[in-house]
Amino acid sequence: MKNLITGAEALWRALQEEGVKTVFGYPGGQIMPVYDKLVDYQDSIHHILVRHEQGAIHAAQGFARISGEPGVVIVTSGPGATNVITGVADAMTDSTPVVVITGQVSTAALGTDAFQEADVIGLTAPISKWNYQIRTADEVAWAVARAFYIARTGRPGPVVLDFSKDAQVGLTDFHFEKCNFIRSYIPNPKISDVAIKNAVALLDAAEKPFVVFGQGVVLGHAEKELEAFLTKGDIPAGSTLLGLSALPSSFPLYRGMIGMHGNVAPNIMTNQCDVLIAVGMRFDDRVTGTVETYARQAKVIHIDIDPAEIGKIIPVEVGIRGDAKTVLSLLTEKMQARKHPEWNASFGHCDAVEKEKVIDPEVYPTEGLLRMGEVVDRVVRATGEKAVVVTDVGQNQMMGARYSRFNQSRSFISSGGLGTMGFGLPAAIGAKIARPERTVCLFVGDGGIQMTMQEFGTIMQEGVGVKIILLNNNWLGNVRQWQELFFRERYSQTRMLNPDYALIARAYGIRCISVPDRASLEPALKEMFADDAPVLLDVHVQEEGMVMPMVPPGKGIHEIMITDSEWYK
Amino acid sequence: MENPVKEYTVTIYTENQIGLLSQITNVFTRHGLSIWSLSAGATSMEGVHNITIVTAGTEKKVKESVQQIEKRVDVIKAFFYTADKIVYRELCLYKVSTAALMEYGNIEDLLNRYHARIVEMNKVFTIIQKTGYSNETASLHDELKDVGVLQFVRSGRIAVSRAEQEPVFKFLRKREKEKNQQTN
Ligand SMILES: Cc1ncc(C[n+]2csc(CCOP(=O)(O)OP(=O)(O)O)c2C)c(N)n1
Ligand SMILES: [Mg+2]
Repeated sequence: MKNLITGAEALWRALQEEGVKTVFGYPGGQIMPVYDKLVDYQDSIHHILVRHEQGAIHAAQGFARISGEPGVVIVTSGPGATNVITGVADAMTDSTPVVVITGQVSTAALGTDAFQEADVIGLTAPISKWNYQIRTADEVAWAVARAFYIARTGRPGPVVLDFSKDAQVGLTDFHFEKCNFIRSYIPNPKISDVAIKNAVALLDAAEKPFVVFGQGVVLGHAEKELEAFLTKGDIPAGSTLLGLSALPSSFPLYRGMIGMHGNVAPNIMTNQCDVLIAVGMRFDDRVTGTVETYARQAKVIHIDIDPAEIGKIIPVEVGIRGDAKTVLSLLTEKMQARKHPEWNASFGHCDAVEKEKVIDPEVYPTEGLLRMGEVVDRVVRATGEKAVVVTDVGQNQMMGARYSRFNQSRSFISSGGLGTMGFGLPAAIGAKIARPERTVCLFVGDGGIQMTMQEFGTIMQEGVGVKIILLNNNWLGNVRQWQELFFRERYSQTRMLNPDYALIARAYGIRCISVPDRASLEPALKEMFADDAPVLLDVHVQEEGMVMPMVPPGKGIHEIMITDSEWYK
Repeated sequence: MENPVKEYTVTIYTENQIGLLSQITNVFTRHGLSIWSLSAGATSMEGVHNITIVTAGTEKKVKESVQQIEKRVDVIKAFFYTADKIVYRELCLYKVSTAALMEYGNIEDLLNRYHARIVEMNKVFTIIQKTGYSNETASLHDELKDVGVLQFVRSGRIAVSRAEQEPVFKFLRKREKEKNQQTN
C-alpha cells in the first residue's frame, strides 16, 4: 500500500528515524512547507528559534560537541543559507557532526537568479564533508539517511542538504532505511598489523616517550583507552585545545595543554622526547610553532582516522590509520609495561617556573583589578570542577582553556581551527539544551559577545540556563596583546567602547551581576550558581592583561615567552 | 633539489554525482596546482566515472592533493603517476585549407610519418586527426605551418597505468563483498 506524504513531511519523518529530538532553525520563504509540517511534529521535535542563522549553527555545534550526536540546523535559502556558512566552515575544521538543511528555490528556477537563490552547493562544497541538492521528494529519506551516516562516522563533519521547494511539496511513498554503507567511503578502515607492530617496537625501545592528543580521543570515545595506554607505558601526555577534558585534569600523567599558549612542560618536552605519539590531532600551526624545529629529535607515531592528516605537516616514522579507541587498545595490549621515573620527573622544573612566573601571579594576585585567570579559576572551583566550559575566541578563550579543570570528558567547547569570534554564546546555548542537567559556563570577551549577542533572545524565549561570564577588558584583547608585543604598541582599532551590558541583559530578562572588583567576585558567584537561571556576569578585568606563556609566531615550540620581557630558560 | 617539480598524471574514479568535478578542481586550486589538461568520462563500470588531470608540482603537494580528493565521500579512488608509470595519449584535430593542402604535395608521406589521418575533407577544409604525445602533436602542428592551420584543438590526456589491473576494480569488488557481509 502506498503511503504518500510530502517531501516536507518526509524530512521530519526521516529526522525522527535518525533519533532527532532537537533542531535549531529560522524560517523563510523557501523552507515554509517544512515549517508548516513542523506544526504536526511539535510534540516529538523541539525546534529552537534562534535570532540569526549563525546562532543556529553554532548552537548545533555546541549541541553536537557535548552530546556526540549530530546537531541539526534548518534555515531558508539565499541569506539564510549564507548566514550559516561561517559555522559550516568551523564545524569542518573542528570535525563537528552537523546536518544543515537549507531551503532552495524550485528546480525550475535554479540558475535563474531567482529571489533568494544562492548556489549553496557551490558555496558549501569546499567547507562541508558532503553536500547534496534534494530535487525530488523521493530522494528525501535517502539523502537524510546518508547525511547522518556521513556526518557522524569516520572523521565527523558538517553535511549540507539543499532542499528545493518542489521537492518539499512533491509527494513520495515514504520508506526509511538507515544508511550504513557507501562504497566510495570507508569511515573506519581495518588497522594495519604492520603499523601496529612497528609502533610497538618503537614504544618498547622508547626511553623518553611523550603523547600529544587531540579531539580524536573524544570523538572516538577513547578516553579510557588513552588512560590505560599512558598508565601501562608510564607515558606523560599533553592535550591540544580541543582535546581538553578527554583526560581528567588530575590524571597523574597529564602534563597540561600544548601549543602557543599551552603549558611550558609539554611544549618543552615535545622537543626533548625520543618517541612522540600523536593521537587524534592534526599538528595545527598553533600547536607546532615552526614546523622545521618541531620534535625533530623524535620518532613520530601518528594515529588518526583521517589518512590525509598523516604526514601532512610532520613527517612520521609510523602512521596508523584507525580510530583512537581500537588503535590504543591494540597498542596497550601488545606493548611492554614500562616505567620512566626520571623522564617524568624532568618535567618538574618547567612546571615550577611556570607556576612561579605565570600561574601564581595570574590566579592569586593580591592587588589591581581582577585578572582573567583568577576569574576562571574561581568560577570553575565554584562548580566543583564539574561544569561544561565553553569559550569564545581571544584572551578569554586561552584563559578559559588554561585555568579550567575537568573531571569528565566532553566538558570543553571552543572554536579551535577556525577561531570564530561569536561562537561562544550560541555554542553554550546548544550545549545547555543538549545537557540541561549540567552547569554550562561561557567565558566570552566584550568583542566576541557582541558578534552574536542577539541570541540573548533565544535564551529568553527558551529559558536556557547558561552562565555567561563576560571577561570585560574594554579591548579586543588578543589583538591588543599582539600589537603590544609585535607591532610596537600601535593600537590600531582594538579599543572598544562598550555598551551597558546590564541594560541589555535587562531588556531580555536575563539577570546581570556586575563584578567591578575582587571583593565582589565570590558573592557574585554564589548568587550566579544559586539556581539554574541564565545569568550574565559582567566582570571588569585588568585592561592590559596578557596571556602567557606565549610561543610567538615564527618561533619554535621550545622558544617560550614567560612574561612580556623574559624567555623561558 | 629535495623536492623537484615534476609532471604528474592524476587519475580519479568517482561516483556520478553532480558538482563533483568542481570539488576536485577546487582542491587543485587550493593547493596552488594548475591543471594542464583535464578529461572526464564514463568508464566501463556502470555509474563509475573517470577523471584524468595533468598537473605539475612537487610529489608532496600532489600527494596531499590526491589524498584530499580521495577524502571526498563520492570519490572512489584517486591515484597519481609520473609519466613512466602510465601509457597515455592525447587527441588532436587540425583544420587546414583543402586547397593549400593540395598545393603542399607530399601529404601522404607527412601523414604516414605522424600516424595521422584525414577524418573529413570537403572543398573548403580538411580535418586531420592525430593521437600521441604532446611533443609529436606539436611537431606535426609545426610541419603544417606551411600549409596553414585554420584551427587546432587538443583533448585532455587519457591514461592507463602500467599495472596489470587498475586497483580500482579490485577495490570495488572488495567493497561489494563487504557490503554483502554487512547486509547479511
Ligand atoms: C570573526 C572573527 N573576527 C576577527 C577575529 C580576530 N580576533 C581574534 S581574537 C580577537 C579579539 C577578541 O576580543 P574580545 O572578544 O574582547 O576577547 P579578549 O581577547 O579581549 O578576551 C579578534 C578581533 C576572529 N578570531 N574572529
Ligand atoms: Mg576584550
